[in-house]
Amino acid sequence: MTQPAKIHVSSEPVSRLSDVKSSAKPSVVRTFLRGRGSSAIADGTFKVLVFLCALSIFGIVFLIAYELVSRSQLTLSKFGLSFFFRSAWDPVNGDFGALPFIFGTLMSSFLALLISVPFALGVAIFLTEMCPKWLRGPLSFLTELLAAIPSVVYGLWAIFVLIPILRDNVNPKLTFTLGWTGFFGGSNAGYSMLAAGVILAIMILPIISSLTREVMTSVPMVQREGVLALGATRWEMIRIGVLRNARIGIVGAIILGLGRALGETMAVTMVIGNRPEIVKSLLAPGYTMASVLANEFSEATDDLYLSALIEIGLALFLVTIVVNACARVLVWAVTRGAPARVA
Amino acid sequence: MGVGIEVSDLNAWYGTNHTLQEIQLTIPANHATALIGPSGCGKSTFVRCLNRMHETNPIARVTGKVLINDVDIYADASPVEIRRRVGMVFQRPNPFPTMSIYDNVASGLKLNGFRSRRVLDEVVERSLRQSALWEEVKDDLKKKSGASLSGGQQQRLCIARALAVDPEVMLMDEPASALDPVSTAKIEDLIFELKSQYTIVIVTHNMQQAARVAENTGFFLMGKLIEFDSTHKIFTNPHDKRTEDYITGRFG
Amino acid sequence: MAAHTMRPPLRASSVNVFTRRMKSGIVSGLAVLATIIVVAPLIAILFYLLKQGVTSLNWDFFTKIPVPVGEKGGGMENAIVGSGVILAIASLIGIPLGIGAGIYLAEYAGETRIGNLVRFTADVLNGVPSIVMGIAIYALIVLPQKHFSAFAGGVVLGVMMVPTVTRTTEEMLRMVPHAIREAALGLGVPTWRSVLTITLRTASAGIVTGCMLAFARVAGETAPLLFTAFGNAFRSTSLNEPIAALPLQIFVYAVSPYDEWHRLAWAGALVLIVLIIASVALVRYVVSRGTLKGAS
Repeated sequence: MTQPAKIHVSSEPVSRLSDVKSSAKPSVVRTFLRGRGSSAIADGTFKVLVFLCALSIFGIVFLIAYELVSRSQLTLSKFGLSFFFRSAWDPVNGDFGALPFIFGTLMSSFLALLISVPFALGVAIFLTEMCPKWLRGPLSFLTELLAAIPSVVYGLWAIFVLIPILRDNVNPKLTFTLGWTGFFGGSNAGYSMLAAGVILAIMILPIISSLTREVMTSVPMVQREGVLALGATRWEMIRIGVLRNARIGIVGAIILGLGRALGETMAVTMVIGNRPEIVKSLLAPGYTMASVLANEFSEATDDLYLSALIEIGLALFLVTIVVNACARVLVWAVTRGAPARVA
Repeated sequence: MGVGIEVSDLNAWYGTNHTLQEIQLTIPANHATALIGPSGCGKSTFVRCLNRMHETNPIARVTGKVLINDVDIYADASPVEIRRRVGMVFQRPNPFPTMSIYDNVASGLKLNGFRSRRVLDEVVERSLRQSALWEEVKDDLKKKSGASLSGGQQQRLCIARALAVDPEVMLMDEPASALDPVSTAKIEDLIFELKSQYTIVIVTHNMQQAARVAENTGFFLMGKLIEFDSTHKIFTNPHDKRTEDYITGRFG
Repeated sequence: MAAHTMRPPLRASSVNVFTRRMKSGIVSGLAVLATIIVVAPLIAILFYLLKQGVTSLNWDFFTKIPVPVGEKGGGMENAIVGSGVILAIASLIGIPLGIGAGIYLAEYAGETRIGNLVRFTADVLNGVPSIVMGIAIYALIVLPQKHFSAFAGGVVLGVMMVPTVTRTTEEMLRMVPHAIREAALGLGVPTWRSVLTITLRTASAGIVTGCMLAFARVAGETAPLLFTAFGNAFRSTSLNEPIAALPLQIFVYAVSPYDEWHRLAWAGALVLIVLIIASVALVRYVVSRGTLKGAS
């Protein structure tokens, strides 16, 4: 410890590094490092590898599109575009028309938006502008949780809780009060378009709400402060300072919710009743594109049947891509490319 | 064991910004050279050209010749090889937060594939002693993370890390500007000790610091090297009027 | 006359102010009401699920395979094991691809056009319905092989993991301060090594939780497995045969007419929910702490 060659804290003016210089260690390090060479090959290989990983994303999309298109050729050539405008579903005789399913998908999604959007916006406004700090964490945790619950679990709950409630309590009241409109009549089995709309609404609400919140919080504080300084009430501040700036993103959030509703499979299949008919009453069973795929795909025996189903899948694929692309563009426009944390 | 640096016709761009213009300079070996000048004059860009860090930015560009020990660092070697021979200490201490003190100091070697435990132990101790940190951390080498030290200690850790790879040149970009006076004094003492073994180039805003540690000083202004001479001459009898204005505090 | 009376006084009429304040109050009230209407039933759903699941959960659930219809008892051991097999394959595919793509986006592609294109495509891919993914993989793997398989199930779930893992990896890597990368570069560490051992390691906590989230998300997916893994009433670990999976089994049992199977479905749902809650909570915890361990 007191060997004079050892170096102490540099409070002493005389440099003793010359003692260290005499040891052979530095040259070992230097020689080693000199021998490492440039890492150009390893660097290049690494860059190529990660680039290939990134390309795989394109590859996946391309692959899906390719398979869907090539495997639906049979019905594409047989029925052409009329496939989507006919009401027929007769696997035995090879007659296929997807209109009931398209109707079902659109109707259930539209219903879901109708129910969920007002609530989603209300929740988003509350959480962003009015919620006390201590409540914000638990509530947003709850929202995230609900967005992550699997579809089949929602479906399970819907079968044993939602459908009985609808069938026994809600539907009779609806028929009684609004039956004259024609939307609430007929048989009341519980398994219905309405049930599908409600469960979809519950499922897409957290998504619309979270994304709306993200869009609203990305509006800078100065916008709010500026409006408040002019003497606005709280609602006016929200309306003018926040919503007006964020409305493009909010539309995007809603469209994203729509995209999710269009493709939702399990929960809908479990409650919609699975009957390929176009009926006015919301209390009647229906069928969606995703549901018919889930129910009948593994039983498709002949190639034409399979082709018809795959063509429905192709339509679903294209529609959801377009809807999601539009939604993302709108949300990006407001949040400037910050990645959305919503699945 | 120091190396001389010869810079000729060095130009650097940052996008369309011509940040360095026609720099000609010879930095003597085994001495400390200070580079002074007002903010934005290009002195930081200059040192980053000496270890090819400037070009890591996609919009950066460099032309000219830089010889370190007769090796043209742009034409004759790859950036990675050069950076192993020219060490750098940055303005804000940046130890690796997920590594212990030991691993931080050894990182330059370990991450280049060095395996021998015994030699690593010796190198780590040597480097920490050189940077005057050994006594303070020798008992916690593997237990404490690099980021758990104080600011001054972190900077000395970064110096030790740079020294561990036994570079020929040490570049220091305002190494003490983020530190308190006591740590600053310790760092200046370090530079004083290290310069007999390495060629040191130190960028500084602090003219007293330049006067204390460096034998030679260069004055940069708006991308040009205005004057380069012994520190004594620069601070007592500068040749160029702009140098004199800066020294006397008329601007910057 | 004093100067201040030369201009007409600026004063909102008191009626106007009252109406505006009323409006604001009503809207605020509606927002609160909306939140209550949404939150209360949603909490009720969660509790109902927990309650039903807990009463149905017992040790047999995890250790026994289903018994013939009509008999009591049995469990979902085969489905749990099956899910494990499928998810293992999925992770082997999805996590490396996703992390690689994330590294590319964060370290090499930055704000370039191709980088933005990759990001956009990943987000769009996220929105493709899982059943459509299942169809594509069915066409790609099941049709040529002429049989359902655990492998096909693993592939479809793995592919679904890629966009999520990519985006979270990129996000976490971007949070690593530039100074750390500069320090590594300044030492003459090769770029590939610096990215893997320094940047990636610094962001590792966040990246791991991102993978967990992707994992939990695909663990609950049913639709894509309907015609890839297909399901199996018995225990199987073979990659080339149909295999049971937890969400699949829940679906089959839920739509069946047997009470005993309903009970098992609730138990299975509980297992899934616990997994989800754990992942979401963990992700929030890690993100709130920041991804840099010990950074000052």
